[in-house]
Amino acid sequence: MVTTILPLTLSGATAQVHGKRILGPVDLTLGQAGVTMVIGPNGAGKTTLLRLIHGLQRQSGGTQNWAVGVDEARAAQAFIFQNPVLMRRSVRDNIAYAARLTFGRSSTTDDVVDDWIVRVGLTEQARQPASSLSGGERQKMALARALIRAPQMLILDEPTAHLDGRSTREVEAILLDAVARDTRLVMSTHDMGQARRLGSDIVFLHQGQVFETGPATGFFTHPQTPEATAFLNGDILE
Amino acid sequence: MTDIWQGILQAFWLLITLDPTLIEITARSLRVTLTAVVIATALGVPFGVWLALNRFRMRRLTIAVLNALMGLPPVVVGLLVYLMLSRAGPFGVLNLLFTPTAMIIAQVIIITPLIASIAHQASRELWAEYHDLLISLGTTRRQRLITLIWDGRRSLLTATLAGFGRAIGEVGAIMIVGGNIDQLTRVLTTAISLETSKGNFSLALALGFVLIGLSITVNLLAHILSGTERGRRW
Repeated sequence: MVTTILPLTLSGATAQVHGKRILGPVDLTLGQAGVTMVIGPNGAGKTTLLRLIHGLQRQSGGTQNWAVGVDEARAAQAFIFQNPVLMRRSVRDNIAYAARLTFGRSSTTDDVVDDWIVRVGLTEQARQPASSLSGGERQKMALARALIRAPQMLILDEPTAHLDGRSTREVEAILLDAVARDTRLVMSTHDMGQARRLGSDIVFLHQGQVFETGPATGFFTHPQTPEATAFLNGDILE
Repeated sequence: MTDIWQGILQAFWLLITLDPTLIEITARSLRVTLTAVVIATALGVPFGVWLALNRFRMRRLTIAVLNALMGLPPVVVGLLVYLMLSRAGPFGVLNLLFTPTAMIIAQVIIITPLIASIAHQASRELWAEYHDLLISLGTTRRQRLITLIWDGRRSLLTATLAGFGRAIGEVGAIMIVGGNIDQLTRVLTTAISLETSKGNFSLALALGFVLIGLSITVNLLAHILSGTERGRRW
């Protein structure tokens, strides 16, 4: 898969809620490949940044430039929420819903849906209501629902925040498989271990601002800002 | 108390003998009410869901008016429909007054706001759940509307059943526009009203029990057919 919607360049991007600025101004460029981990303390603006990129959060200022038009860029993305949205349908129908939006109704689409159900390990649960799934299974269903549309870029908002170790490992395996298929990942996390495991580059946010960006290895070994150093040392940032 | 027992016995007797008059009145009641419910659901459900999905100027006012219309006095609706359909009214030429069609029109006007308002409430909660996902998936407005109607169908069934309950028990409006004409516009509620005015309480009660039984049966059937009681968790 070739990523045609990137690079994305944010220049002075800001977001407001009820007149109060909660993000920005942010200057950031996301390149065509890799796994960008967005990290920072609670309230840093991670979720807002991801939602702004995906168009779920209104941008109040600055510019957002994709390699293609915004509509085309948005259509080539998918978003994974911290708490997966469960449609009031079976697991299979949740996944099929997204597939049919993209590919229409056909036997081929049904085959692709069945393939993804197997791929994320939900064969036994396929006919059950989505609400009956465990936390890890819900997130795997959400991943199948997102990845079945073959997005060029997958944005994930702390997808493993409430999961146990085993489920986290399973979710990460699905993500690594997506990366192997050239899906660009942009993901927020509180789990520094996960950021080290998956991240190729880091965006460190604090108080709605980007304090540091760069390759993951350099960030974890030689953070450039006192805030990032303090964060990595486990200090409380205010 | 004697009247009540006599009413129960008479209702039982009317049912097991399949009394032709009772069957005719019951069938007409069902025909008029179900037609009105189908039309009102076709109008009210999409409008209620649309209202939950869209933001526009005067939206709050629209919702407030819709909620207010839920309490529309049936007698007033009957009077207005009467004036519209009477010979001197704008639709007098259609000759609909004192026909089942006039009764259906009155019932549609009464129950559409009720169905729309309940549909709006149910869809608003579902839209809050689905909003981010459906926006993220790039759905069109039409796709969102269809998705909310389909996934909210069990909640929306409640709206339809509430409309059915109101319509099947309605008497004021259909008495005015239908005229309670024997073998033409007489339905269970107007027949009950007539028998009560004649002092024939046991027959009125018998018809009342049939009406209650009918309402319970339709509700049970709707729930069974939609699977709401099968322990489904979505």
